[in-house]
Amino acid sequence: MNAHNSVSRRSLLTGGLATGLLLAFHLPLRAAVNEPSQPADATDGKFAPNAFIRIDETGRTVLMMPQVEMGQGTYTSISMILAEELDADWAKVEVLHAPPDDKLYANPAFGLQATGGSTSIRAWWKPLRAAGASARAMLVQAAAAQWGVDPAGCTASKGEVIHAASGRKLGYGAVALAAQGQTPPKDVPVKDPKDFVLIGQSLKRLDTPDKVNGKAVYGIDAILPDMKIAVIANCPVFGGKVGKVDDSAAVKVAGVRKVVVLDDAVAVIGDHMWAAKKGLEALKIEWNEGANAAISTRDIWQNLRDASAKDGVVAKSTGDIAKALASGDKFEAAYELPFLAHASMEPINATVRVTKDSCEIWTGTQIMTRVQSEAAKAAGVPVDKVIVNQHLLGGGFGRKLEPDMVVAAVKVARQVDYPVKVIWTREEDIQHDVYRPVYRDQIAASLVDGKVSGWKYKVAGSAVLARWLPPAFQKGIDIDAIDAAVDAPYDFDNFHVEYVRAEPPAVPTGFWRGVGPNNNVFAVECAMDELARKAGKDPVEFRRSMLTKNPRALAVLNLVAEKSGWGQPLPPRVGRGVCVQPSFASFLATVVEAEIDDIGEITLRRITSVVDTGIAVNPDTVKAQIEGGLIFGLTAALYGEITIEKGRVQQSNFHDYRMMRINETPKIEVIVVKSGEAPGGIGEAGVNAGPPALRNAILAATGVTLRRLPIDRKLLAAGKKA
Amino acid sequence: MHMATVLTINGETKSFDAPPEMPLLWVLRDILGMTGTKFGCGIAQCGACTVHVDGKAVRSCVLPVSAVENRAITTIEHVGSTPAGAKVQKAWLDLEVIQCGYCQSGQIMSAAALLAATPNPDDSDIDAAMAGNICRCGTYVRIREAVKQAANGRQS
Repeated sequence: MNAHNSVSRRSLLTGGLATGLLLAFHLPLRAAVNEPSQPADATDGKFAPNAFIRIDETGRTVLMMPQVEMGQGTYTSISMILAEELDADWAKVEVLHAPPDDKLYANPAFGLQATGGSTSIRAWWKPLRAAGASARAMLVQAAAAQWGVDPAGCTASKGEVIHAASGRKLGYGAVALAAQGQTPPKDVPVKDPKDFVLIGQSLKRLDTPDKVNGKAVYGIDAILPDMKIAVIANCPVFGGKVGKVDDSAAVKVAGVRKVVVLDDAVAVIGDHMWAAKKGLEALKIEWNEGANAAISTRDIWQNLRDASAKDGVVAKSTGDIAKALASGDKFEAAYELPFLAHASMEPINATVRVTKDSCEIWTGTQIMTRVQSEAAKAAGVPVDKVIVNQHLLGGGFGRKLEPDMVVAAVKVARQVDYPVKVIWTREEDIQHDVYRPVYRDQIAASLVDGKVSGWKYKVAGSAVLARWLPPAFQKGIDIDAIDAAVDAPYDFDNFHVEYVRAEPPAVPTGFWRGVGPNNNVFAVECAMDELARKAGKDPVEFRRSMLTKNPRALAVLNLVAEKSGWGQPLPPRVGRGVCVQPSFASFLATVVEAEIDDIGEITLRRITSVVDTGIAVNPDTVKAQIEGGLIFGLTAALYGEITIEKGRVQQSNFHDYRMMRINETPKIEVIVVKSGEAPGGIGEAGVNAGPPALRNAILAATGVTLRRLPIDRKLLAAGKKA
Repeated sequence: MHMATVLTINGETKSFDAPPEMPLLWVLRDILGMTGTKFGCGIAQCGACTVHVDGKAVRSCVLPVSAVENRAITTIEHVGSTPAGAKVQKAWLDLEVIQCGYCQSGQIMSAAALLAATPNPDDSDIDAAMAGNICRCGTYVRIREAVKQAANGRQS
C-alpha cells in the first residue's frame, strides 16, 4: 500500500490554480495526471510512499524532482514544500532528477512533464504538500505502533517522530521500513501556514555549491567512453534541404571521423569540437533553399499588419463596447514586438548513443517525456527503450521546451556505433531557434471623466500553444497569447478582447521567457501611460483610480510609488516609468528610472519592484527571479530583434544579438510583500515588467511615444517628438 | 603530425596531442575532460570560457594552445586554492549570486583575477573587469555586491 489512497487524485486535481492558462487546462488535460503510484525504480529497503519521497534506514531523504532546474531555484523550492509537510531534516535532504514519466511526474498544469509558464510552484503546491503530509503520517503511525501509543499523541519535527508524553523519539530512518508497510490515513491535513518552519525562509539553494567550482554537470558536459563530438550545420534557409555535399577536404582534417548528411542538415563528427568545427568549415554544401528563400521580416510585418486589421475571435467581452467607444475622448494605438531568440548561455546540445534496439540521451531539457517519445520515433525504437538522463540546464527560457535538437542528435548518432555529443555553435543556436513570435496589439479606448470607459484590445500573433499543446487551443483562441490581456487589472466597465491568429510563414515560433504576458503587459501598460497623459493625470494616480477592485495590484503599486520616490523632482531628460501587472498569478509593480542623453542613448539609473506572489516559498529566490527577469526583459527592450532576409536569420552571435552587461545594470531593489495567498508564478513576471516601465520612463523623460520594440535610439535624440 | 603539447594547468603538467592553433577551451573540455570551463560563443564575446594565464583573466575560446606553453594556467576547478578565488566563491554562495550557473565559472574567474590585481575595486573597476562576462539569467546586481563582499568582507 502506498500514498495514493490518501493523496487522492481529487486533492491533486482541485488545485484552484489562478491564471487563465492554468484554469483553461484544468478540465481536459488532467485525466491521467499524477496518479501517485510507485515509480519503476527499485525502492527496496526504502520508505517510498509516493513518487517524490525516498527515505532509507540511515534517514537519508531523497526527493525526486518533477520539474527541471534551469536557474530558477525550483529544486530548492520544491524540496522545501515536500520537506515542510514531511517534517524532514533539511540538512539530510538530497535531490534527484525524476525520470521521464508523465503518469508520475506530469506538471498538473500541462498534463506533460514540462517546466515552463511559471507553473512549477503553482501547479505542485497542493499535490506536493499532500504527498509530504501523507508520508509524515505514515512515519508517525509506524513509530506509534512500535511504541504501542496512539499516533494522535505523536508529532514530527526535523526527521524525527516524537512522543511528548513519554519523551521518546525515533528518527525517520529507524522507522522507514516499518512505515513502508503502513496504510496511509485518509485526508491528512496539511499544515497551517503559521506553523511553517521551512516555507517562507530564504534557505540556501541546493544546486549552487557545485556551481562555484566547475563540478556542476550540464548537458554539454556529458562525457562517455568512446564519445565523439559533432558540430551541425542546419540549412540556413528555414525549411530548406541539403543539396550536394563535397566532403573531400573535410574528411582530410585531422581528427575528423565522419560527415553525416541529413535531410536538412549536415554534421561533422570529430575527436573534439575543434576538429569538428574545422571539418565543417572545410565542407562545401549546396542547399536546396526552397520557396522560403524569398522571406523577409519586412514582408512578415506587412502580413501581420494586414491580418491584424481583420476581426478576431472574441476572447472576452463585458458591458457595451460599441456604445462606450462611441462617446468620450477617443484613443487608438498599435504596439509591435519583434522576433526574439532565446540565447541561453549553454548552447544547444544533446549527447546520444543509439544501438539496434535502444537509445540513450544525455541532455538538459524542459520536456523530458516529449524528448523521450520524439527520440523513439527518430531512433526507430519503442519509447520504453529510450533512456533520458536529465542534466542541469544552462538556461532554458523556453528554447528547451522543444525536442528538435535531440531529434537531430539522434539522427546523427544513428549513423555511428559510438556515442556522439552534438553541439550547436552559438551561430547555429541564434539562427535556428524557435523564435518568440512577432506580435501586433491594437487598442481602442475612450476616456470619460478621466477614466477609461471603453477598452477594446486585439492581439494578433502566432498561436504557439496550438502547435505545442493542441488540446489547449480551443475555439480559435490561444490562451497564452491573450494572457494578461483578458485579465488586465483595471476597472474597465466596457471591456473587449479579441485574438487574431497570424502565423508567420516558415519561421518556427515558440515560448520565450515571459510568454504571452510579454506582449500584453507591454501594450496595456504603454497604453495606460498614454491615456493618463491624455487625461492630464499622473500615471500612478491614473492607474490607482481604476484599481478599486484589485487590492493586491493597488497595494504593490502604492508601495512601489513610495519606495521609488515617485513624484520627486528629477533632472532634465530623466524620467520614471511605471508598470503594474497581474501575471502568472503574481502581482508586480515596477518603476524604472532612466536618463536619455542628447543623442538618444539610454542609461538605466534605478529600478524598484514590489511583488505580491502570495506565499513566497523562498523569498530570496523570488527576489532573484525578479532581478534577473527585469534584466532579461530590458535586454530585449534595449537590443532584442531577430530579422530575416532571404529566408535567413541575419543575427549570429552576441556581437549582433546583444545582451545587457553588468556596466549597464542599475541598482535594483525588489520588495517581496508578505501574503497568505496561494503562491503565484515568479520566474517570468520580471521579464514582463522591464520593457513597459522603461518605455514609460522614456516617455516621461523625452515626451517621445515609442510603440515598437526594441527601442529605436534615433527617435530619442534631443528635440525629437514622436 | 605535430609534437605533443605540454601545458601547466592548475599546477600539474599535462601532455597531449593537439594542433597548435586549437583553442585552449577545447583542449580543456574535450581532451583533458575538464568541463568546468564553458563554451558560450566561440568569439570572446561572452566570457563563459574565462581562465587565468599567469593570473590574468583570458578567454580560452580564442586562445591557441601554442600561445600558452610554459605559462601557468588556472581553471575554475582550482581557483578555490587561490586566496582571491576562495573569497569570491564564498561571497558568491553567501549572497546566492547564482541562477543557472552556466556563466558563473567565467564570472568567478574574472572576479578572482580582478581582486588579485585590485584588492578594493570600486564600481567602475568592477564594471571594467566584469563587462566581458554575459549572464543571461541577469545576476549582475548580485555579482557586483559579491565582488565587494569578497574584497572587504562586507555587503554594501
